[in-house]
Amino acid sequence: MTNLNLAVAASLNVTTPSDQATSAAKITARNLDFYYDGFHALKNIRMDIPEKRVTAIIGPSGCGKSTLLRIFNRIYSIYPKLEARGEVMLDGENILDPRYPLNRLRSKVGMVFQKPVPFPMSIFDNIAYGIKHYEKLSRADMDVRVEQALRQAAIWDEVKDKLKGSALGLSGGQQQRLCIARAIALKPEVILFDEPTSALDPIATGKIEQLVEELKRDFTIAIVTHNMQQAARCSDFTAFMYLGELIEFGETETMFTRPSKQQTEDYITGRFG
Amino acid sequence: MSAIAEKLYRRRRFKNGVALTLAGAATVFGLFWLVWILWTTLANGIGALKPELFYQMTPPPGEDGGLANAFFGSVLMSLLAIIMGTPIGILAGTFLAEYARRSLLGETIRFVNDILLSAPSIVLGLFVYTLVVKQMGHFSGLAGAITLALIVLPVVVRTTDEMLKLVPSQMREAALSLGVPQWKVTVQVLYRSALPGIVTGVLLALARISGETAPLLFTALNNQFWSVDMSGPMASVPVVVFQYAMSPYDTWHSLAWAGAFIVTVFVLCTSLIARAIIARRKVAND
Amino acid sequence: MPETTASHEHIIKSYDAELSRLLSEIVRMGQLAGEQLALAAAAVDERNSDLAARVVEGDNAIDALEHDVSHDVLRLLALRQPIARDLRDVLAALRIAADIERIGDYAANVAKRAIALNQNAPMRPAASLPHLAAVAGDMLRDVLDAYRRGDADAAVEVWKRDVQLDTLYTAMFRELLTYMMEDPRNITPCTHLLFMAKNIERIGDHATNIAENIYFLVHAKPLVEERRKGDHTSTLVS
Repeated sequence: MTNLNLAVAASLNVTTPSDQATSAAKITARNLDFYYDGFHALKNIRMDIPEKRVTAIIGPSGCGKSTLLRIFNRIYSIYPKLEARGEVMLDGENILDPRYPLNRLRSKVGMVFQKPVPFPMSIFDNIAYGIKHYEKLSRADMDVRVEQALRQAAIWDEVKDKLKGSALGLSGGQQQRLCIARAIALKPEVILFDEPTSALDPIATGKIEQLVEELKRDFTIAIVTHNMQQAARCSDFTAFMYLGELIEFGETETMFTRPSKQQTEDYITGRFG
Repeated sequence: MSAIAEKLYRRRRFKNGVALTLAGAATVFGLFWLVWILWTTLANGIGALKPELFYQMTPPPGEDGGLANAFFGSVLMSLLAIIMGTPIGILAGTFLAEYARRSLLGETIRFVNDILLSAPSIVLGLFVYTLVVKQMGHFSGLAGAITLALIVLPVVVRTTDEMLKLVPSQMREAALSLGVPQWKVTVQVLYRSALPGIVTGVLLALARISGETAPLLFTALNNQFWSVDMSGPMASVPVVVFQYAMSPYDTWHSLAWAGAFIVTVFVLCTSLIARAIIARRKVAND
Repeated sequence: MPETTASHEHIIKSYDAELSRLLSEIVRMGQLAGEQLALAAAAVDERNSDLAARVVEGDNAIDALEHDVSHDVLRLLALRQPIARDLRDVLAALRIAADIERIGDYAANVAKRAIALNQNAPMRPAASLPHLAAVAGDMLRDVLDAYRRGDADAAVEVWKRDVQLDTLYTAMFRELLTYMMEDPRNITPCTHLLFMAKNIERIGDHATNIAENIYFLVHAKPLVEERRKGDHTSTLVS
């Protein structure tokens, strides 16, 4: 059985009034290995990211969680000496295959980074930038798309009067929501978050976590976080990684109340790592 | 504090005082000469300022006149140098920062660029003399512009490289993860982000070439009359200053001071503008 | 959780949803327990053993809800790491659920003994039991209302009322003793009634526990007043 099915089977032992029942897998990784200039960074990863749910990946520094995330949109390929081997299936197609078109992958899988990086343009242009590359929209249509993206990212009310202003004038939390809007604007199917709130204050962090909860209705979400409490708060499934291996994967509630591996329990209770 | 600790502390304070005094004295010494130079230039230059400087030509020996043709020649050659050196410099800097950041080729290019950056300008002048002036058979403003371009080039390459390297890698990744191709990311996002830095580099290069004299001596030579012909000898302010300063004529001396003063002011203003751009950018990014 | 003044919602809305669910589970449990008590008293009053049997069955629903509350509390603690007011909310819910579950057990116990009681001839002291149950039932209803509203003052008011219940119980204790002394044949049914009255008096005590929990929830410090005790039966000599 896949990790996902195991997790679901485990959860059936509890009378949980939750809707985390069987969910199809959006991304499946099989026999995935990753090498950094010869160093074996990820070892035989086998993992399913369920569709339209939030999956958190936790683990101590250097465990490979960001590395794994960055394979899902092949952003590692811009750097030399990084190599991935194995299979990562998105909707049945292996995205590691060199023949899989990169820009199609990037239109399906968006990414939000740790440091909010708005482009040095106006707020409107930031959102329109990615869209313009894929579609030719009239001025009116573009306005609608931009507004839609900003609304979905829960930032429309704060910026609707200054769309032409520079994106650099926003606060850190707003900039990060702008980056999320920028990724959403392309209507991807999956959004990857790489430690999205580690540079933000608690209120901004709370707003982003609330946003993630709303987004999971429409998108499959994978979020890497070094903050276990964040994973506990906002994810449906959690994957625990250590030294490049996937140690345990399961429903978040189970992982944080009765994990099946001792290593997992040691990590989340703060006994190591 | 115990007695021993007290004694040690007092000894340390004494040493601190000595070092501070020496450092301060060295600063004062260095500044003294700088201030004296600037003051002399100011004192002599201001007195020689007059409107004729801008519309009268450089005069024959002993007579009075202006520096119009020298200003024009300087401006023309500097402008041409910037136009020639900047695009090549930016492209080369982009290549280094985006495609050759850690490779052997990149390091080699950077090394050679640094050598060119600190090469004595007279050597560059000699190079252009051999290659251009001798081929053409005569001195020319074009040769002068080419020499200045060779001074501009490594500055722009270095600045562009550094400024692009300062753009956070996550901005690159964010643009690429939208599916935008690499070249578009470079032109539309990275350049915009690094633009203030690159412009500053160009301005600093301009400030530098405004005062270059040695290479122009045997590429553009000099020209007493008004000339817009780049294929012939062309006047420039530093060369005129050189020529006039060594002469026995007072009128020429005062013109030289005026020229020196104006060049100094120009370099000062350009540098201040460059700093202002960087400062504004720092404020925007915080 | 309870609808108190000045609470802003959490930024993460599902947190608020989970806390309200906990609240409504407690409220539901309380309602069920109150019904159980009323039905048990009616079973005694009407000498209706069928009703009593249904009450005994009905205790399972309360136990099931208590499991749900425990599970939700565990989940909240693990996943939300509540602090300050939220933490007091969650802990109060856990304790109050335990109190209500005991109340349910006592009510079921009363019903069980009613079945036994009904095998005997009607006894006069039995008439006092429904009144005792009504007073306890009112305390329970009022304290749960105070919990729902987060009203510590109302909770303290219920807390003080326990002395009345205790007084009634003491009176009934004496009455039953008298009856037992009159005629040895009365001993068995009176003993049942004794236990039933005690159970109801214990229900009142649990209601005061709930009141103390509400006070702590709102004010973050324990209720330290000395509660006036009206139950003097433990020192009764004759």
